[in-house]
Amino acid sequence: MGLVERVGHFFDDIGLIRIGSSYAADIDFLILLVLVAVGVWFLAAESVFMYFIVKFRERPGHKADYIDGTNKRHKRWITYPHLAVLAFDVLIVVVSFKVWHKIKMDLPENPDAVIRVIGQQWAWTFQHPGADAELDTPDDIFTVDELHVENGKLYHFKLEALDVLHSFSVPVWRIKQDAVPGRSITGWFQPTVIGEFDVQCAEICGFGHGVMAGRVMVEDPATHSAWIEANTPDAYAAVPAE
Amino acid sequence: MAEPAVAVMAHHEEEDHAHHGPEGWLKYLWSTDHKVIAMQYMFTGMFMALIGGFMAYVFRMQLAFPGINVPGFGMVSPGEYNALVTNHGTLMIFWVAMPVLLAAFGNYLIPLMVGADDMVFPKINRLSFQIFFLSTIVILASLVVEGGGFAGAWTAYPPLSANETYNLTPLGSTLWVVGVGLEFVAFLLGGINFITTLMNSRAPGMRAFDVPIVVWMIVVASILFMLSVGPLLAGAIMLIFDQTLGTGFFDPATGGDPILWQHLFWFFGHPEVYVVLLPAIGVVAEIITTFARKKLFGYRIVIFTIVATGVLSFFVWAHHQFIAGIDPRMANIFTVTTLLISVPIAEMCFVYIATLYGGSIRLTTPMLWALAFIAEFLIGGVTGIFLGAAGADIYFHDTYFVLAHFHYTFFPIAIIGTFAAFSYWFPKMFGKMMDERLGKWHFWLTIIPFNFIFIPLFVLGMGGQHRRIYNYAHFPELAIPWFQNMRIVATVSLLVMLAAQLIFFYNCYKSWRRGQKAPRNPWRANSLEWTTESPPPHGNWRPDELPVVYRGPYEYSVPDRDDDYWPQSEPDGRGAR
Repeated sequence: MGLVERVGHFFDDIGLIRIGSSYAADIDFLILLVLVAVGVWFLAAESVFMYFIVKFRERPGHKADYIDGTNKRHKRWITYPHLAVLAFDVLIVVVSFKVWHKIKMDLPENPDAVIRVIGQQWAWTFQHPGADAELDTPDDIFTVDELHVENGKLYHFKLEALDVLHSFSVPVWRIKQDAVPGRSITGWFQPTVIGEFDVQCAEICGFGHGVMAGRVMVEDPATHSAWIEANTPDAYAAVPAE
Repeated sequence: MAEPAVAVMAHHEEEDHAHHGPEGWLKYLWSTDHKVIAMQYMFTGMFMALIGGFMAYVFRMQLAFPGINVPGFGMVSPGEYNALVTNHGTLMIFWVAMPVLLAAFGNYLIPLMVGADDMVFPKINRLSFQIFFLSTIVILASLVVEGGGFAGAWTAYPPLSANETYNLTPLGSTLWVVGVGLEFVAFLLGGINFITTLMNSRAPGMRAFDVPIVVWMIVVASILFMLSVGPLLAGAIMLIFDQTLGTGFFDPATGGDPILWQHLFWFFGHPEVYVVLLPAIGVVAEIITTFARKKLFGYRIVIFTIVATGVLSFFVWAHHQFIAGIDPRMANIFTVTTLLISVPIAEMCFVYIATLYGGSIRLTTPMLWALAFIAEFLIGGVTGIFLGAAGADIYFHDTYFVLAHFHYTFFPIAIIGTFAAFSYWFPKMFGKMMDERLGKWHFWLTIIPFNFIFIPLFVLGMGGQHRRIYNYAHFPELAIPWFQNMRIVATVSLLVMLAAQLIFFYNCYKSWRRGQKAPRNPWRANSLEWTTESPPPHGNWRPDELPVVYRGPYEYSVPDRDDDYWPQSEPDGRGAR
């Protein structure tokens, strides 16, 4: 997918939104494809429309044509564009399927780590696997509104909610998934850029929805292991797990 | 043959009103005249539009200048902000778009355009408005009760909407659901009338394909509404039970499922888009044919297209839920159906553009609005493709891109469509011509700012700005200066656009008081409503003037005729059909 790599960075290049994960460029490529496909239609339709308005203005002594649109010769002006729209739709559907399958359906196996993301009114709780890289062990690190991940590693996440619907969204990763109370929804991401980025709650969740902001820290391996070491719970450090 | 019978009926009703009807203003409270009910729907809708517009002003001010003391409102708290955006959406769709486009113009136009003296069930029609008015009071009350108005977005997703410990608005959220439920009942009653009147009360000689497009559109919209609203009405009652009786239909802790509500809501919610879109599209068909002096390009294509759109609209609802936690395989199916719906809608646009070809276009105020509808709705249409493609929706879902997209559909529908219809039928409704110069000022000062409100919001959405956030300062990536400048551009444009509406109200008042008297058929149009007086009398036509139909409604510029129009009711010497 050399094309995706070259073209998919357009929005990053113009400074609108960074590309921060392994699949962000796929989404941006799809968006650009749709932009070009519908842009062609849009400009064509608006130009013809404007041209007709200018060209067929009322002139004294001139009567409009009588065309009822049942003549085949006239009807094809509708039929052909309409078939072309269908063809463009098929193209968009195919690329959209590929992107959708990659991100939401084909879960890559053997993740480097599994994290848990829990939404509640109005904060994010992140459960990191800690030093043993296993989730739900005593050395897990819990943080609020701050997710620490290592750049380039493949993560699975388990998304949960305690009270109402929330939506876990990290724009630079192009990731978004609603959190539903009573369910644990699995997904994945692979950060590719080191830095600090916004975590949003994208589903209205009550009074504090507007302040339900988190940050994700994408760190290089050394920084990340230093962070794990510094934050491993004391209780675990004293009593090693059996 | 049917003529005298109808005439006698109309005559009886007039007598009935003269002798037994209530006096004074009560006359309007209980009037069963479809025109009076239409006006009541229209003025209620316009009043609610002012409230909805005021809400937009308040929250846009907060977004552009966070923490400002908004003139006329005060400081906006996060809870108030959420309540404002929730009720702005609710009012604009259920109390503005539906009453004005569907109920007001449906009521006003259907009997006049099919040549009937009134609706088939005038008393049901009255009951419909009475319930609608009650729903208006309930929804307005929900804004001012203790705890404030409902603040869980117009989609009212549970568990937030179902549980007062989560939404903190125990009274507001229940009244909100009750108000919306009552409003649905009102429109169900109205829909019965629209459908039966078209079926049973057409003038002699009027066949199915002689009916003006706008009437078909309103009737198809009513059918869509009736078929789709049932599940949501059931859902609304379940939601009220969850809120007040402690049931758990949508509560996972007691075995319910919050996603169920989303299916019930959007199974209604997506056809609802077409419920309000179709009347507007119909209005545009009437106006462009009249002012281009052209026959509609492919009358039957349009009819079949709306039926196709209507059927398809029942199979696209889950595109609102791609990332809501539904089975991801479902997204594939709904991506296909959603993109398929672009075919009939694109076809409709092509038909309208083709209608202009070879025309003799007069850019009157109604024509400007109708053309603007096509130009702007195209933007709303094409941006929908981005969201219908599930892969792209992962990113766009719940961003300002979605918001800008549906405002580019709903604004042309509810605002541009309404102004088009209002300025086109104003001479018929009030018997006066509207001031063209003021009308054009109003047009340009509405259309230009409208684009400057929502184009920046597309860019912000592309930049990752998510919705329903009262202050973006908490999100460092969204708090950058040029994003804030875009928010200010949008807000200032909104202020200009809102101020421009004063021109409209002044124009209405001035034209109504001192406007030039309107003749019966000021636009030289073909359909039946132009054959009666302006405004039409009670019973719509004088008993001796009841129309008989000889041809379809779009016979403009027929070759070998001196006039460039040919009214539906003008005898052609070949006798009645």
